[in-house]
Amino acid sequence: MTGEPKEQQASAGKAMDALLRAVSAKKDKDAFQELYRYYVPRLKSFMLGQGTSSQMAEEVVQETMIKVWRKAALFDPAKASASTWIFTIGRNLRIDMLRKAFRPEPDYSDPTFTPDPVPLASETVSMEQQGKRLMTAVAELPEAQKEILTLAFFQEKTHGQIADELGVPLGTVKSRVRLALKKLRSEFGENE
Amino acid sequence: MTIHHHPSDELLLDYASGALGEAWSLAVATHLSLCPGCRSTIDHLEAIGAGLLDAADPAPLSDKTFELIMDRLENESEDLTDSAPPAPAVPVHPSANGLPQPLRRYAENDRGEIPWQRLGLGASQCLLTTSEDGVTARLLRIPAGRPVPEHTHGGLELTLVLSGAFSDSVGRYGAGDFQEADENLEHQPHAESGADCICLAVTDAPLRFKSLAARIVQPFLGI
Repeated sequence: MTGEPKEQQASAGKAMDALLRAVSAKKDKDAFQELYRYYVPRLKSFMLGQGTSSQMAEEVVQETMIKVWRKAALFDPAKASASTWIFTIGRNLRIDMLRKAFRPEPDYSDPTFTPDPVPLASETVSMEQQGKRLMTAVAELPEAQKEILTLAFFQEKTHGQIADELGVPLGTVKSRVRLALKKLRSEFGENE
Repeated sequence: MTIHHHPSDELLLDYASGALGEAWSLAVATHLSLCPGCRSTIDHLEAIGAGLLDAADPAPLSDKTFELIMDRLENESEDLTDSAPPAPAVPVHPSANGLPQPLRRYAENDRGEIPWQRLGLGASQCLLTTSEDGVTARLLRIPAGRPVPEHTHGGLELTLVLSGAFSDSVGRYGAGDFQEADENLEHQPHAESGADCICLAVTDAPLRFKSLAARIVQPFLGI
């Protein structure tokens, strides 16, 4: 984790959305280079977290950025922030290239797909704002809960593997995940 | 479709982080295609993954890589650029079997049929091929009104109901409902009368049947 203040990270997120929109709209190379400078070192550190060699990590990161360029026209800021969109591309390539596995995903064009309910006007918050609120809420979680989210995303471990690594009962990991998500859901006014 | 039973938060986290294997992910992803509420949880979890990415310590890298990538991208033809969503792998008409994606591509053959195998006692199964060793994904069809023999689980069992419904000691499971059962659950699912119950079941160990008779026929049934 860096010591960058939160405000700086949030403004970086905002700038990244604008840069990705520029790549999306007009294949802006300078904007792409800025995205590259910001995301590549972070993506590499992310990929290295799974015990991957530096060379393999770089390969996955390069492929991620190539895909970002080629698919930029599909980026929809109403659905995800730049960071979330790029995170999912990197995650899927990690599964594809490092694990050589296929990731089943819902298909929005399938006739049996159940669409999202239409959001109320009062509920439409930008993805940037939502991401910012979410990270503030994550920062406030107890260390034990944050540790699990970090192991899950950085080390690509399942909750069962996390329980083994931490040497705590499976039930403890489950309840920490549930408490963390309960807190984050209440932040968004969702009750389940 | 009103869904009452959902995947647990920890299973959704495993799917969002990418750590979950293909067979388990198939059950989660098929539920997601039917459940906007769980998709919203996945969106939040992915935003957390993105936040952790933003906060990651930047790792040093070699200087020339950006130029190398731009050379490659500038010289490639336009048709490698995606300007529209990719064409779906299958025609956009509903599955004749009512199966949602991504399950359809695993369970239907070229003619759009599910190649069912008889299990005996009126039940059928269709084994699905995934890259995950030691984990079995299958469609199960339990005839209307019939029970599955009482059993416990050697490991984890995920069940997603696709049509019809079953009930057990935990509750009633209809279309879209998701059950996670582990070694602590002993249950006797019973298909409701009216329609056959078709489910996707993913297991990492054989079921343990309580009755001797069921245990004797189990090797022949392949479950």
